[in-house]
Amino acid sequence: MWRGPAGCDAAGVNETVVTTSGLTKRYGGHTAVDRVDLTVRRGEVYGFLGANGAGKTTTLRMLLGLVRPTAGTARVLGHRPGDPAAMARTGALIEGPGFYPYLCGRDNLRVMARYRGLGDVEVDAVLDRVALSGPGREAFRSYSLGMKQRLGVAAALLGDPDLLVLDEPTNGLDPSGMADMRELLAELARQGKTVLLSSHLLGEVQEVCDRVGVISAGRLITESTVAELRGVGSLYVRADPIERALAVVVRIVGEHAVERSGDGIRLAVDAALAPDIARALVEAGVLLHELRVCERSLEEVFFQLTTAADASVPDQTQQRLAKS
Amino acid sequence: MNSSRGPASVLSSTRAELLRLGRWPVLWVMLGAGLLLDILFGYVFDYVGYRTGGGSEVSEGLPPELLLDRLLPAGVPEITLAGTPMFGGAILLILGALVIGGGYGWGTWKTVLTQGPTRAAAYGGTLTALAAVVLALVTATILVNFGIAALVCVVESRSPGWPPVSEVLRAYGGAALIYAMWTAAGVLVGTLARSPALAVGLGLVWALVVENLLRAVANALDALAAVTDLLPGTAAGSLAGALGATTFGDEGTPGVLDILAGGPAVLLLVAYTAVFALTAGLLISRRDVF
Repeated sequence: MWRGPAGCDAAGVNETVVTTSGLTKRYGGHTAVDRVDLTVRRGEVYGFLGANGAGKTTTLRMLLGLVRPTAGTARVLGHRPGDPAAMARTGALIEGPGFYPYLCGRDNLRVMARYRGLGDVEVDAVLDRVALSGPGREAFRSYSLGMKQRLGVAAALLGDPDLLVLDEPTNGLDPSGMADMRELLAELARQGKTVLLSSHLLGEVQEVCDRVGVISAGRLITESTVAELRGVGSLYVRADPIERALAVVVRIVGEHAVERSGDGIRLAVDAALAPDIARALVEAGVLLHELRVCERSLEEVFFQLTTAADASVPDQTQQRLAKS
Repeated sequence: MNSSRGPASVLSSTRAELLRLGRWPVLWVMLGAGLLLDILFGYVFDYVGYRTGGGSEVSEGLPPELLLDRLLPAGVPEITLAGTPMFGGAILLILGALVIGGGYGWGTWKTVLTQGPTRAAAYGGTLTALAAVVLALVTATILVNFGIAALVCVVESRSPGWPPVSEVLRAYGGAALIYAMWTAAGVLVGTLARSPALAVGLGLVWALVVENLLRAVANALDALAAVTDLLPGTAAGSLAGALGATTFGDEGTPGVLDILAGGPAVLLLVAYTAVFALTAGLLISRRDVF
């Protein structure tokens, strides 16, 4: 179990912590990040989603000053990316943990703590927080992938930063480690920390993130809350006789919201209507076999968005060629 | 969080770098190899030559008494300097390349830079730590050499004729400057290559092969001599020669030269050290970190 400090103090302010405008990175003729405008607010857990090579890590590197943008601007905690004033309040794990292989985990963190002007007390605290106090004495080269990842998260937590930038932090973690990571992220959110989280694990993101940005082929194709992206959901009814059930639900919600789906009926309505519909069906003498809420998963939304974005790329290319 | 204590300062970066270098086995192996070579080529072979009567291949044909004079405390400045241009410099070049290039190989540059220091501060910390290593190596070499020379005095029942302090200090400064230049060269090659193995290979090929080949060609081609006289290895070898080390041409140590006078050699070494360090710093500050 990864442990967080007791107590929480959610800021809950709509203040912007990270903002980018037209952020672009080109490598020769390849555009890795294309005019990205994203906003991360104070105290939120922001999920940054995209397939491999979509531009997530390059964007995060630009926010940390590791990579210089070709065009566009970014502000992190009110400063330009990489500014020491911003970095002093930022913790980051970018594309896998990079540590000295011959040092043990604790000494690696002691080295990193010295760069921050911190002492060994902080090192022991973060090691304890990611459950590495014991193995922290072993050489980094002997760590499993999951342990290396935990050490990377520990380094990001040094100095109790206000903003955490975590790039695929659950890589290599076993199910228990993933659950611990979820708990840690929730704890950080409760403390009012801002977390910018890039992940392939959409189920994880759906559980822990307040808002998400979806990037595809370098372009940010949407930025919204998880709830907004998933939509209002629907109800699914399986009843007998189905024709009588159909007449009942059409009378309640209207024909436009009703659709036959296999051997049941799908209703595009708010899930809060479920008790009313159940009562009406039973009162009409319909045998109700099943009534459940159907929500689109973030995964479904992600694939829908990225497939649509990918399909539009050739169209845009053709339009540009036609104009030229 | 304690940003007021200067997370971005060179001092914090130096402390961090010294901590990790001090626990790096490679550093101790390199420094140990440097001292071992100094002892072997500075004392062991000459002492074997002296004990076997001199005039042999081992003693480079020198008479026994002359061999013994070099092994006494008065010869410490010369022996300390003699090893610096060739093998000592090569070891420091490797070390500089590994310290910088390793950061790219292990991905530690990105981890360090996300902890808050500016690139200039992080790089400044690395350079300062390397400077401390150079000074420690020169100090250790001189102390070991004095220890061995004193032992030779006891074993051979000779009275120790100590060298003047000014001569020891000149040898100390000369050795430190030669090592600093080669370390900075390693830092630059490590930065350019962004890989420790490639940097070490390129650096050694330049220092041990290319420079010597160019000098050989320059012997037959006068126009090239103007260039080879200004090479880093020429400056390092010339400073060692100007400060008293026996040149290779006089049956001395390989790498010790008499091409430049002391003053120009010092200026050239300072210039090379500054150019190598500043160029590497410029690259580190401007390039993307992956």
